[in-house]
Amino acid sequence: MSALAAEAPKKIFLKGNEAICLGAIAAGCRHYYGYPITPQNDIPEYMAAHLPALGGTFLQAESEVATINMILGTSSSGKRVMTSSSGPGISLMQEGLSYMAGSELPAVVVNISRSGPGLGGIAPSQGDYFQAVKGGGHGGYRLIVLAPHSVQEMYTLTMLAFDLADKYRTPAMVLGDAIVGLMKEPFVANPYDPAATVEKPWALTGCEGRERRHLKSLYLKDNAIEIHNWKLHEKYEKIRETEARAESFLLDGAKIAVVAFGTAARVSKTAIQWARKEGIAAGMLRPITLFPFPGREVSDLAKTVDVLLVIEMNTGQMLEDVRQSTPLHDRIAFLGKPCAMPTPEEILERIRALAGRKG
Amino acid sequence: MSGSGKAEFSKPVYARPRSLVDVKTHFCPGCHHGTIHKIVAECIDRYEVREKTIGVACVGCAVFLYDYIDVDVVEAPHGRAPAVATGVKRAQPDKFVFTYQGDGDLAAIGTSEVIHAANRGENLTVVFVNNTTYGMTGGQMAPTTMLGQKTSTTPYGRDFRGDGYPIKMAELLAGLEGTAYSARVAVSTPAQIRKAKEAVRKAFEMQIHGMGFSIVEFLSTCPTNWGMKPLDAQKRVLGEMSEYFPLGVYKERKQADVA
Repeated sequence: MSALAAEAPKKIFLKGNEAICLGAIAAGCRHYYGYPITPQNDIPEYMAAHLPALGGTFLQAESEVATINMILGTSSSGKRVMTSSSGPGISLMQEGLSYMAGSELPAVVVNISRSGPGLGGIAPSQGDYFQAVKGGGHGGYRLIVLAPHSVQEMYTLTMLAFDLADKYRTPAMVLGDAIVGLMKEPFVANPYDPAATVEKPWALTGCEGRERRHLKSLYLKDNAIEIHNWKLHEKYEKIRETEARAESFLLDGAKIAVVAFGTAARVSKTAIQWARKEGIAAGMLRPITLFPFPGREVSDLAKTVDVLLVIEMNTGQMLEDVRQSTPLHDRIAFLGKPCAMPTPEEILERIRALAGRKG
Repeated sequence: MSGSGKAEFSKPVYARPRSLVDVKTHFCPGCHHGTIHKIVAECIDRYEVREKTIGVACVGCAVFLYDYIDVDVVEAPHGRAPAVATGVKRAQPDKFVFTYQGDGDLAAIGTSEVIHAANRGENLTVVFVNNTTYGMTGGQMAPTTMLGQKTSTTPYGRDFRGDGYPIKMAELLAGLEGTAYSARVAVSTPAQIRKAKEAVRKAFEMQIHGMGFSIVEFLSTCPTNWGMKPLDAQKRVLGEMSEYFPLGVYKERKQADVA
């Protein structure tokens, strides 16, 4: 039991990035490797201050390339392990993530994303959606991707990310941005429920009393790599079927349904509440898992509303998954704001326009 | 003679190491990987660490380490073995951890990982096999390719003006504070094999005693990609390779580096 769980949970005021650390530690993560990059430095700084006292490892690596391979090594030892970074650093980790997906090694990777491409900027952005949910590295694989929209969720979804990563033996990503990472909110450190923790009979611990084990992604013989790819595919299909999560927000009787995740969803909640006060039947479906994408929920919703308003802090990435989820493309509208947070006023204005009203 | 065709001896005086799997290797005739694998296996047996060892395989001819050494093995991306080994050792400090890497892996794409693992004094052992070429991909120029050496990507011979110089990793890593042991050995003669085994034992002892990072660089052959007969390849190691890459111990820490 962690030190956190031993105390009665109370409401505290906390930064999103720090909530991730508390969630990781509560979930039993004692190993963190990372490399500095804005806007996620609170995470390595917190881990550097707290993990050694818990008997764990904090290591500032020489690069994100090295970081993700340290993660691979600790994961192969059967331990819960985490790193965090932002766009450019996450790009450098793609090689290792591909190897981990291929070798079926779990870990939690946090992306407090920033603007891109290239060095881009540090403004909040959701431009890493494609990279996160479509594979990112080479060879065809998926990450489980969770998108918190509050400090509380930074905590709970980090814990969930560890559980899902271990359950499916695959890396999971917590995808945030500078807003949800750096904002402070009241938050309750509810104890971690260890019910979902699993044994790791595949871990490399030295072959005492058993045959030697290998963890690898190289399959050269006959059609071994084809068989391996189908096995991974079945796993991803099972994840699709069983792990999609979404929040329904004021969807009862809604005619205009926002579809947004993370910070964009958080801002949309305010605009939707304002619209409801004006008598506009607005609501929101908020994907909590980006992979698996809650496509069935989107499909069902598209049949009952006039408009699906997809709102993203990019030029339209999740939009493609929404389009893929329903044939009713004429009902899909889009509000994009690359590398910036849309204001509630902007969103309300768009909702009003779609409702045929003037402000 | 037994039915298997193998001679039966009542008193074996020279046996296959317990940690070396009894299979034929995929290595080419005259390649030194087999000999080096055997030395590593013998040292694993000597210190009775087989059941607490995690090996880290690299990308290249040596990736099939897990088919030949009877220990747990994790496969690392190209060049990243020292980072993977760091992750293993930090998670399980009581285990014995080694990497086995070729020259392209360690001295080109993986320079950053090996230098920083050494500089942190990671308590692990690196077995580095330098055969001056990329064997698995078909004999391209390696960072250790000799000046003038023809490879598939230096068809006119390596020229320092465009390709740089062969890099001396044993010396380079010996210069780092975190390195406890760095040596270069060869296995082209029985005497060299004995010395090489001694170096690997020293490197293993460094880790067992918590002294820090240890590396043994092996000068090795690649007759296939050198376009040489195995015996000529041996002569090359004994000749021009040993002249440019001198054999010897470049660093040997006597006391643990503790604050």
